[in-house]
This record gives sequence, structure tokens and C-alpha cells, in this order.
Amino acid sequence: MTATTMDSALPARPSPWASRISVAAVHFFVLVLFLQNLHADTWLAILGLVAAHLYSVIVLLYWRNLERSTAGDTVIVALTLEFMLIAIIFWDRFSLWPWSTFFGLFIVQACALLAVRFWKGLRKAPPTAWFGLVVILLYVIIAATAPIIAPFTETEIVGSEYEAWGGKFLLGTDNLGRDWLTRLIYGARNTISIAFITTCLAFFIGALGGFLSAALGGWTDQILGRVVDVLMAIPSLIFALLLLSIFKDYSVFGLTIHPMVLLVVIIAVLDSTRVFRLARAVGMNIVVMDYVEVSRLRGEGMWWVITREILPNAMPPLVAEFGLRFCFVFLFLSALSFLGLGIQPPTADWGSMVRDNATLISFGDITPLLPAMAIALLTIGVNFVVDWFLHQTSGLRDDH
Amino acid sequence: MTTETGNGANGDVLLEMRGLKIEGQADDQWHEIVHGIDLDLRRGEVLGLIGESGAGKSTIGIAAMGFARPGCRIIGGSILFDGIDLRAASEEEKRKLRGARIAYVAQSAAASFNPAHRLIDQYCEMPVQHGIKPRAEAEAEAKDLYRRLQLPEPETIGFRYPHQVSGGQLQRAMTAMAMSCQPDLIIFDEPTTALDVTTQIEVLAAIKKVVRELNTAAIYITHDLAVVSQMADRIMVLRYGHMVEEGSARELIAAPKEEYTRQLLAVRSFRKESQTKIDQDRPLLRIENVSASYGGVVKVLKNVSLDIHKGRTVAVVGESGSGKSTLARAVTGLLPPIEGRVFYGREEMPPALKDRSPEQLRRMQMIYQMPDTALNPRQRIRDIIGRPLEFYLGMRGSDREERVRELLSMIELEPDEFIDRFPDELSGGQKQRVCIARALAAEPELIICDEVTSALDQLVAEEILKLLQRLQDELQVSYMFITHDLATVRAISDEIVVMLRGEIVEQGPRDTVLAPPHHEYTELLLSSVPEMDPDWLDGILAKRAAAS
Repeated sequence: MTATTMDSALPARPSPWASRISVAAVHFFVLVLFLQNLHADTWLAILGLVAAHLYSVIVLLYWRNLERSTAGDTVIVALTLEFMLIAIIFWDRFSLWPWSTFFGLFIVQACALLAVRFWKGLRKAPPTAWFGLVVILLYVIIAATAPIIAPFTETEIVGSEYEAWGGKFLLGTDNLGRDWLTRLIYGARNTISIAFITTCLAFFIGALGGFLSAALGGWTDQILGRVVDVLMAIPSLIFALLLLSIFKDYSVFGLTIHPMVLLVVIIAVLDSTRVFRLARAVGMNIVVMDYVEVSRLRGEGMWWVITREILPNAMPPLVAEFGLRFCFVFLFLSALSFLGLGIQPPTADWGSMVRDNATLISFGDITPLLPAMAIALLTIGVNFVVDWFLHQTSGLRDDH
Repeated sequence: MTTETGNGANGDVLLEMRGLKIEGQADDQWHEIVHGIDLDLRRGEVLGLIGESGAGKSTIGIAAMGFARPGCRIIGGSILFDGIDLRAASEEEKRKLRGARIAYVAQSAAASFNPAHRLIDQYCEMPVQHGIKPRAEAEAEAKDLYRRLQLPEPETIGFRYPHQVSGGQLQRAMTAMAMSCQPDLIIFDEPTTALDVTTQIEVLAAIKKVVRELNTAAIYITHDLAVVSQMADRIMVLRYGHMVEEGSARELIAAPKEEYTRQLLAVRSFRKESQTKIDQDRPLLRIENVSASYGGVVKVLKNVSLDIHKGRTVAVVGESGSGKSTLARAVTGLLPPIEGRVFYGREEMPPALKDRSPEQLRRMQMIYQMPDTALNPRQRIRDIIGRPLEFYLGMRGSDREERVRELLSMIELEPDEFIDRFPDELSGGQKQRVCIARALAAEPELIICDEVTSALDQLVAEEILKLLQRLQDELQVSYMFITHDLATVRAISDEIVVMLRGEIVEQGPRDTVLAPPHHEYTELLLSSVPEMDPDWLDGILAKRAAAS
């Protein structure tokens, strides 16, 4: 009885060999990648090998438990092999940057796995959502494999200042004679990763605080609420500038804080206040539900109540907010960089790239605006995807 | 299936539906939910639509206004209202009809009134909007209608906000609002379902009186056959979007032709053998002089004492606000009592929930009124039932899985089919069964049932009661059964506790409490339960008028 229902629920069970063989191939590939770099930097190469092993185990486990069809397996294997093929063709570039190759491979496999996992939903996705997904995927791949794609290295001065488009430099050079295209690609890596980490941190702090506030109420709620009120009362850009200059030379246990870490933490804390407000409001509505009372009556701890009862039900508004917050953090970061207090030179960053080359705008050259357009495109893409997700989960339907 | 009633030619017909078909959307697909219904309504006639949830009765009722809810669409048949084809009419034409000539009274008046405006402003909005009468005239009429509907202080009640009047008063104010334009047809969609029996009888009497006086035609939608038999001249029984039976109220009640109608009539016939013999010296749960209050000012529970013995059911009865749910909260420790003690066996329970040990919590479980909100929509049935097993009994892996399946079979749900589902994929009755399984998973000795059947259809509710009874016989678990429904009390209780304004007014074995002489309040409760007899409402009103 059990066996028959299982069979009818799932399509023909795909062979486990597909996943095993392809993961073994990947494993071998990464192995070669890091081994041939062993002489250059031994420790880093060993770390790479360990990471590659861990990664293989995780992928294999996830793949094995994934509910999928044979076609799905074929897609995953094909994409993986394709990436490896490209890597072998351009081996001299790829082998120079084993980590980037590894990340690239990771992104391709993760996307393939996720696409197979959510294929049912994806198939019905509207064109806007597809557009958003493609844009995000493009940015992520560029960010992950920046050194491989970029024609030059990040800070290398390769020509004279302000060279025109075309020829050796596809988008010309900047005020110091660095290649624009290279800077733009590296900028994607730096800006997106920092914005992403910051948003995640902001959500962790804000959501945890908000849910605690909603679930415990009373004094906890009052204290957290008032702290957030105070933080929100000060204009965030000015507050961030203030904090950045205060803590710039501050040290903990004799170690100065890395400026990037400082930047991430400060923006995350300031942004978490907005997340807190939302999480608290959403949490309040969930806490009064009977199922939360049931779990309290059962004697469950606060951690269970927050992670198992409240969080899953608060996901849709939080994800919507994540999309928006991510874009705001992006803009905030760029604004700070533009003012000279964000990501520090010579690291490429979209905000400071606009500032450094702003003089070109007065000559009618749109080159300095390219980073701004890159930000705009990503923002639009993220919001399309978030809209689609919200539409899915909230059960909103258009009236036809 | 469909037969001509022969009244089509009659000039008296106000509403005529022929072959009405409506589709609803689920999982991105359209399913037919109303399969060709024929319906005739003459001026001044009251038609009762009855059926369980999902029968399509509300959908048909709303279709009488030429309207389909979002996610629904009318795909076939005709709707003629006083000669106007509502399916062909433009939105503008329909807008003129709605409110002015066809009015709608929703189930929850509290949710249908705009909380930001006074009652009388909302009353006057429609006639003034439609340009039927000026504001002053409408106001004067409102007061007159409020008086006729027996609302207290009819001159001033309209100037209150919706939250300042009680649920029953709000429902009558809603009825008044529907009548503001003297419509030809009013659609009542379960107007008394959310009310207490004692309030329900007042609202029913008021509606009946006004409908009769103004000679308005009405469609009365409900799932309660006893209620509809008081209100309707004719009754139409619906099931799964088909018409089962139609006939005059008296004939249908006296001699139902279809099996399904007979089932509806026979509902509430279930009665357990009451056990009053007490074979233990010590009760399972003893509540001693418990008082409780929200915020410490007004006591909502005053010196309540009661005993619950092993394997027995104690029903706590009262209307809303009587403190019966607060009693449950005080016993479970959600609202620590300010006075009094709760004993479990020989052991005194700590008043607050957080001071109780998991073992103490395990022995006492609770089932809620609304199964929709009592189950986390993001957890599968396996995890919902499995969690107490894991939490209290430390079961994991295949042990847990096996026990979850066992519990599912115990509550008569096929394990293979249901174990992987989410609560959204279950019907109301199935959800309540899962709630019962979750409570049973902890292997409790006492289950507190807070209005567990009031959100369910009658046939489903009866199944749940039978299940609870079977489980009690098998597992010797005790129930504290909180309800406002005396029919349920009659069916399942061994002992009855009647509560009024936080105090116990009468308590004792079932047969003693239900047999005369009653306490005055018990008498009121008992006499307010609608009976199938179409003359019951008039009779009871006459009796009460004579007594006062």
C-alpha cells in the first residue's frame, strides 16, 4: 500500500549514479584546480581542498534528498559539465583563480539544484519574475567570477587617464587610468557582497529583536522599542557618518576593527531598526494565534516559539522587506562611498566610482553613470522577484 | 434533476433563477461549485437556504444580487429580479439595485460595519447616496426601525460607534441598515450563527417581526434547520451545489423526502449514557474557590469550585462573557488565578504556566474552538502531531512516525493520505480531528475542550462528539467541555455546570440539572434553544410576553 502511493506521487525515481558521477567529476576538477596551485600558497590551497570536500558532501546530500525527475538530473549534470568545459577551454585564466572558479561552480550547481527543486513554481512565473531572476543570476555569476571575466586586475593602472571607449579598453579608463570595465565587474563583487551580508545581519538582529519583543511583551518590549525609537530619531546617513568617524580608530583587545567590518555592522544596526518595527508588528499578530498558545501550553521554550511558530508564518512580509532593504542598503553604501566614508580605495565600488569620475558628467560623458545604472537594474530585478514571491505566498490572485 | 415549479408565469414572482451555474477557482483551476439551481421567490415570501459549508448556499444568495465573490464567476443560467436580467445588466444598473432594492445582511456584523463611523451615519449612507430620501427623513426612520427591532434607547443608540454596542444589537442594527431603503428583497447570510442562544432568539424575533410588517421578501441562509424553520415559508436544502429538496417549511420538517434531509433533521439525536456513579474518593481535578481577573480590577471569575472525575465529562455552559473560557485559562495557568487553588489528584498545581513541570503540563491538554487558528499553517500534520510525542515522551525517528500513524488511525484519518498534508489541505472537521490527535499524543488524563464543535457544521460536529465519546470509552480520559450549545451538553455530559457572569449558578449531574425545577437562568438557556417546530418561536415569545 505504502509503496504504491509513493510511486504514484513521485515520477520515476532517477538513478543515484548521475549525481554520484557528476559530483565525483566536480571533486576531481576542484582537486586538480587547487593542487596545481599548491606550490604558490600551500595553506590556502589546503583550505581550498577542505572546502571542496565539504562542498561535495553537502551537494550530494541535498541532491539525494531532492524530489526530482530524470530530466532534472540531466539538467544539473549538463550545466555542471558545461561549466567545467568552459573552465577547461580557458584553463589558463581559470586556473589562475581557483577560488573564483570554485565559487562559479558552486553558483552554477546551486542554481541548477534550486531550479529543479522549484521548477513547478518557476514554470508559472510571469515574465517580469523571469527577467528579475536572470538579472540576479547574471550579477551573481559576475560577482563570483570577477577576476576571471575582468580583462585586467582590480587596481592595476593600465593606460592614461580618461581614455575613450573602444579598442583595448572597452569602456575607457578612469581618472587614474584604470580599466572601467574591470572596475565595474569588481565593483559588482564588492558592493553586492557587502550589501548582502549587511542586509542579512540587519535582518538577523531586527527579526530576532522584533519577535522577542512581540513574544515576551512587557519590559522587554518597552526597552527594545525605546532603543529603536532613539536610533530611528537620528537621520541615518548623518548617524552613520558620525559612528564611522567615532569608531574608525577604535580598537578591541588591541586589534583595530577592520573598516569593512565596521561599515557592515554600523549599517546593519541602523537598518535593523526598520526590520525590528516590521517583525514586531507581524509577530504581534501571530503571537495571539491559538497555535502559539498551544506551544506555550506544551511548555516550549522561547527559541522554539520564535523559530518554529512565528518565523515561518512571518516569512512573506519579511522577504518582501528583504528585497526593499537590500536595495536601500545598496544605495546607502553607495552614498557613503560617494561621501568618502564607505568602501575605501583602491577597492572598486560603484558609489565611489561615480564620485571619482563625476567631472566627466559635465562633459556629457555617461560613463560615470554606468555604476548607477547597474545598481538600478539590480534593484529592479530584485523587486520583480520579490513581487512574484509575495504574489505566490499571499495567495493574491488577479480577478480575471 | 431540475423541475419546473410552475410559478414562472406568476406575475408575483420577484426573483427567478434558472439553471444557475457558478464556478470557483482553486489551485489555478476553475471548478463548478453550483450546478444548475432553479429558484423562485414571490414578493413577501421568506425562502430558507440550508446546507453544510461548501453547499454553495452563500454563493447562491450573493448571486441573487448579480454578484460573484472574487475567485468565483457565474457561467450559466439566468437571474431575473423583478423582470431585470441581472446577468445582462451593467455594473451601473446593478449598483442602483443593490442597497436600494436588494439588501444584504452578513454573518458577522462586527466585521461588516465600518468601525470609524457611527451606526446612524452608516444607516443613512445608502438612502442618501441613492437619492431616495434626505438625511433628516432617513434619520427619523432609522430611529423608528431601531424601536421596531427592540433595540434599547432607539433615539440615541444610532449615535454610538459599532464597538459600543453588543453583538446581538449590532446584528439588529445591520438588519435595520439593510431595510433603510425599503428593499424588495433582503438576503440574510447566517445572521445569528455567531450569537449566543439567548441573543439569537431576540434577533430572530426582531427579524421575523420586521420582515412580516414591511412585507419584504427574504432569502435566509443558515446551516441550522431549527432556525430556518422559524423564519422561512419555504425551505430549499442544498448539498455540494445541487438542490436536494425543496418544499414548504411545514411539509419539509414533517415529512422529508430525501435521506440527506432526514439526516439533517436527526442531528443532535446522539446521546451518551450518563455516568454519575463516582468510584474514586479523590477527583482527578479539583478547582477550589478560584477567582481570576484581567488586569486586576474586575473579577471575571468569582469563587468557582468544581470537581472532575476520571473518565467523566463535565460540561461548563453559559453565554459569551460568562467566564467559561476564562475558567479554562485559569485552570491551564495561562491566566494565573488571583485566589483559590487547583489540585491535580493530590498535588496542588502552581498557578502560573511557567512554574509547571512538563509532566504537569502533559497530563492536561486543550482543544480549541477554531481549528483554523489552532494549527500552525506552515507545519505538516506529521510534525504537528509528532511534536508532543517528541517533547513529552522523547520519541524520535521511526517510533515517532509509527505513533503518529497510530494516532491518525485512532481519529479515523487515513495515515498515508494525511500525514504529509498541511492544515490548509484539510476540511474544518478534519482539522479538529488533528487537534484532538495532537492532544491525545501527550497521553493526557484531562482534555479541556473549549467550544470544540461550535465552528463546525452540525453533521460534522456530531461526528466529532461521537469520536470524543469513543476515545473516552477507550482511554478513560476526562473532559472539561466548555460550550454555549445546550444540545451538545445534552449529548456528551455527565455533569453540568451553568455559569453566569463569572459565577456558578447551578451544578450537578446532567439529568438533575436538565430536569425541572430549573434555576431561572438555566430555564432561560434551555428554552432559547431553537426547536424544529415552525411554531416554536411564536410560542416561546407569547409565553415570555405572558410571564412578564
